[in-house]
Amino acid sequence: MEKFTSITAIAAPLMRVNIDTDIIIPSREMKRVSKKGLSIGLFAGWRYEDIDARKQNPDFVLNQPKYLGTQILIAGENFGCGSSREHAVWALAEYGIRTIIAPSFSAIFESNCIQNGLLPVTLQADQVAVLADLAIGGAAGIFTVDLVAQTISDPTGQIHAFKVSDNKRQTLMDGLDPIARTLMVEDQIKAFEQKRFTTHPWARL
Amino acid sequence: MAKTLFDKLWDAHVVTNLGGNNALLYIDRVFIHERTGSVALKSLEESGRQVRFPDHVFGTMDHIVDTHEGRGDTTLMPSGEDFIKAMREGCAWAGIKLFDINDKDQGIVHVISPEQGIVLPGLSLVCPDSHTCSQGAFGALAWGIGSTEAEHALATSTLRVAKPKQMRIAILGTLPAGITAKDVILHIIGELGAAGATGHAIEFCGPVVDAMDMEARMTLCNMGVELSAFTAVIAPDAKAISFLKGKPYAPKGDAWAEAQTYWQTLKSDNRAAFDRDIAIDVSRLKETVTWGTSPEHAIEISDTVPLTTNTQGCASSESIRKALDYIGLESGTPLAGVPITGAFIGSCTNGRLSDLRRAAAVLKGRHIAKGVKAICVPGSMAVKAAAEDEGLDRIFKDAGFEWRLPGCSMCFYAGGESFDDQERVISTTNRNFENRQGPKTRTHLASPATVAASAIKGKIASFRDIGADTPKDAIPAARTVEVVN
Repeated sequence: MEKFTSITAIAAPLMRVNIDTDIIIPSREMKRVSKKGLSIGLFAGWRYEDIDARKQNPDFVLNQPKYLGTQILIAGENFGCGSSREHAVWALAEYGIRTIIAPSFSAIFESNCIQNGLLPVTLQADQVAVLADLAIGGAAGIFTVDLVAQTISDPTGQIHAFKVSDNKRQTLMDGLDPIARTLMVEDQIKAFEQKRFTTHPWARL
Repeated sequence: MAKTLFDKLWDAHVVTNLGGNNALLYIDRVFIHERTGSVALKSLEESGRQVRFPDHVFGTMDHIVDTHEGRGDTTLMPSGEDFIKAMREGCAWAGIKLFDINDKDQGIVHVISPEQGIVLPGLSLVCPDSHTCSQGAFGALAWGIGSTEAEHALATSTLRVAKPKQMRIAILGTLPAGITAKDVILHIIGELGAAGATGHAIEFCGPVVDAMDMEARMTLCNMGVELSAFTAVIAPDAKAISFLKGKPYAPKGDAWAEAQTYWQTLKSDNRAAFDRDIAIDVSRLKETVTWGTSPEHAIEISDTVPLTTNTQGCASSESIRKALDYIGLESGTPLAGVPITGAFIGSCTNGRLSDLRRAAAVLKGRHIAKGVKAICVPGSMAVKAAAEDEGLDRIFKDAGFEWRLPGCSMCFYAGGESFDDQERVISTTNRNFENRQGPKTRTHLASPATVAASAIKGKIASFRDIGADTPKDAIPAARTVEVVN
């Protein structure tokens, strides 16, 4: 997993509430039993005027030249709600998105981000709106999202603090494989399991 | 210290604390399906790892399977067969029990898990599917995860989880005749908003929940995720226990007795504290239907589509305008009477026997309006067989409905079968998102009775509008069947 410490990049505003994972990647775009090849389907319903022909919709924010190379999305409340499909995160990551800033995220989506080296940043709605305005206005703004310091520096140089739980932060900064970490405590899992099957024998098949 | 039901479930599964509010939780059961489980199994195999406890893992084919009679692996979804084959191969490789396409017990994961007694009160169960919260209706710690976390659960029998906050939703009063759990949960989402339970686990309780049967409770918990909740739970009672008794994977003999003793402790203590406490009286609730593109866009059927100057739930006027643009309705339009050309009954929300009975009670002796395409997809082979035993299939077919084989079907569009471009559909499913049921398809979520009545009228309508008895009173008498031990 790619480590996340700090990125400096263009941010694109996508200021709608409840952007669900069907919007992020429609089910019909999940064509292979794979985590790859999904970015072409990212936001397909919004991004293309003609989905089959892949004809771009010039009005969609990520199709606008000034947002080319964006790595940061700024979005409305409840980003990533709906289906648990991790394909949404795989598609975003493959497209190049490393950070999403929003007032809130769905639990499964947020967790899927952490598993794949994407940083979800939660800020108050009014702060998100300030950042979105800066991303919309004039030339595309460059933002720095620093996970080590837990700060966002906006194009005017203003610093916005955010907080990510220690656990998530460490996972992102180390880029470690969670399965490998957990397997290191296999003895504890075994001990727990033995005890559980003794006290709750019905729980074992 | 007084504990909530969720605290008790959580504490019983902590292998070790990981600092802060994080813990390594023991996972008793993992359920996977072909859409997101296949990739988890493939990735696990590629990394050289094993499924740690295959006897505690189950698989089903539900998401993209064909639902027409005589089906095989071919599916209308382009390349869908690859997912089906990968799932079958993956389950064989790992030694996982798979409810394959034409297995007599196949069906939608959240329908068959309780039918099989795989979910039990007090167990932890995860599935790479957001509607896993449905199974919390049995007092299980059940929640939806992504594919990578599924891989983690398969490889280690554990997950690293941050404990959510807790929210109690007490549903008070008495549910009016004909009004169902679907109306209740749509109403709650309309009140609290689609982000109304972000960061929280919900416990549903109160007299209305106590009075609900298990299928209704599953409908309620099913849409907990549409409030953005971590999951939902209901304390297991005699109904939950009797539902599970004798099911294939439920404990037997002494183990059953022991389990029952433990399950009776699974309830929130009197003085347990919740981070949020909500009470909703539903005594005057009417049929509830969505008008827009989020489940929070839920109103009573007799209401009008909101004005863009209104801010309903968490929606801004801008988001209302965008939703209205997509759904093709004007502000102020009465919802009842809006013409529909599609009707769908099924899904993990409303694809169970009691749902089909309620719809059949409305459809009996009637026919759907000309130009309406109406489809019923039972949630499982068992639901289908039970419905056919009661003659419900005849009622659906005589009314002009297609009667299909189990699967998630047109709850979402996977690139194969769909409703038409901009077609307006009334559906018993859980998501009215843009393009969810087809390209630019306009979805209105409602209860089975409301979908049935709307199909008959060719427009959004209540069962009251067609002179049907209240569906609750018109449940067909179950045919006497011989009990085989």
